[in-house]
Amino acid sequence: MSRPLLKPLLILALVSLAAMVLSVGTGSVSVAPGQVLAVLLGEGSNLQQTLVLELRLPRTLSAFATGGLLAVAGALMQVLLRNPLADPYVLGLSGGAAVGALLAMLAGLGGLIISGSAFAGALLATLMVFGLAHGTGSWTPSRLLLTGVVVAAGWGAVITLMLAISPAQRLPGMLYWLMGDVSYARSPWPALGFLLLVCLLVVPLGRSLNVLARGPMQAAALGVAVRPLEWTIYILASLLTATAVTMAGSIGFVGLVVPHMLRLVLGNDQRLILPACALAGGTLLVLADTLARVVIAPEQLPVGVITALLGVPTFLYLLYRSR
Amino acid sequence: MNPLRAKALVIDIPGRGDGQPLDFTVEPGQMWGVLGPNGAGKTTLLHTLAGLRAPRHGAVHLCEHSLTELRRRQISQQLGLVFQERQDGFPATVLETALIGRHPWLSPWQMESGDDERFARRALDQLDVGHLSDRLVNTLSGGERQRVAIATVLTQAPDTWLLDEPTNHLDMHHQVSVLQLLTDQARAGRSVFMCLHDLNLAARWCDHLLLLYPNGDACWGPAEQMLVPQALERLYDQKLITVEADGAPVFVPVKS
Repeated sequence: MSRPLLKPLLILALVSLAAMVLSVGTGSVSVAPGQVLAVLLGEGSNLQQTLVLELRLPRTLSAFATGGLLAVAGALMQVLLRNPLADPYVLGLSGGAAVGALLAMLAGLGGLIISGSAFAGALLATLMVFGLAHGTGSWTPSRLLLTGVVVAAGWGAVITLMLAISPAQRLPGMLYWLMGDVSYARSPWPALGFLLLVCLLVVPLGRSLNVLARGPMQAAALGVAVRPLEWTIYILASLLTATAVTMAGSIGFVGLVVPHMLRLVLGNDQRLILPACALAGGTLLVLADTLARVVIAPEQLPVGVITALLGVPTFLYLLYRSR
Repeated sequence: MNPLRAKALVIDIPGRGDGQPLDFTVEPGQMWGVLGPNGAGKTTLLHTLAGLRAPRHGAVHLCEHSLTELRRRQISQQLGLVFQERQDGFPATVLETALIGRHPWLSPWQMESGDDERFARRALDQLDVGHLSDRLVNTLSGGERQRVAIATVLTQAPDTWLLDEPTNHLDMHHQVSVLQLLTDQARAGRSVFMCLHDLNLAARWCDHLLLLYPNGDACWGPAEQMLVPQALERLYDQKLITVEADGAPVFVPVKS
């Protein structure tokens, strides 16, 4: 990778590290940044060890992974649809994944099956939205977006229905699917590994994605095998979304806000934007989660509330400006 | 240098009969013009020749292979297409736009090198848009965008150029310089195949013509054999007066 791409990524990586140290240090008992680093290096008191390594770090890493996954998924969908308004949440992918996961939970299944079911839900949602929007002609991005929004509303209704009929003792565990909350997340490592893998995978695809952003015909004329590439993006975006949703429920608008902000500053080279989205999306969610923990401490807000408060104005602004 | 061949080609226009199958070869050094009224299928023909649309019957051959047997990347190293309509979902600068012409020539892991950038800048200069290289494409005028699109294909450096109305939006001076650039490409042994609205530009610059009628009929051949007033009047459903200027025929519509 050449140097002009490396510098912004290095800066973003440093910012995310700082955000993570801040997040790990913040809470009912604060830990100073220096001490956080000391604990990570294997020093510090037992209390600090437990607090940082067992309680806070997994949650911070989960928030980072979720944000990164959602931002990369959003950026990929935007290239696919050539529309900056595309986002896994807006297009109903998160809703489909949440329905899949809830169904598995209602059936009393656990662990891996919930993840698999969420992925199936995300894939089904993608196929449904693209299939319906295709209809009898070629799909236009605006039609696709509208279909996605309506289907997302449908998923929302199904989720509410399932919450209404499910036994009361399951409710607290299920509600977070609706709002998005990283406090229930299990081990962050598989998701982080997957995020890293996707970032490595999209670097060789990056230039083809740049060409695809100019329309499928132009891309085909410049030697891109459009259909296989589009399918790769569908599947990757669904996988990313499903992984994020299984970890933290449906958190909205990260996939919308982060790529938009980055494009304003860094331009639209996917080889830079996609890894940058992973870093900046992760950072945003880490900070949002930290905020969610401290705003009304000792109570906690679901982090989805914070991202929605950021995302809705951004979406409306983009819509207003695009005309 | 490989000729582009249409073999018993019938383009697929919904609701239209097969008409006359097309059988022609665009040889290196030739400059072809496609003439026809609106809706005759000029753009569809161009997209079919580029392999972007499947023909109803017949095949398009490039270097002795049917386009369907070649990978898109191989095709794009030999065939460049200037579209009539362009969409830009995301803002991009003029230089970035021209640089994507290098895409067929770079491997997935390769970044654009300094050579690629010089290539793109030279192409932009040749089309008189070099001074705009840092501007965003969506802030340009129609004619400037048209020239950027042509510069992108010049950066791609294909042996065969397909162009859909390359003189659209251009003022007269730039129309002439674009056609001169294409003539230079043909003289260098490449081939040019373009749809044109303007009969007189085609008569003046093209050595071969293909007339495409709305019912699917077609005829093609050397320009001087095709520029028959009766055939052109039937093509455009318009009475014409023929005058000669500077050794080439000029067609003027009759006022009704």
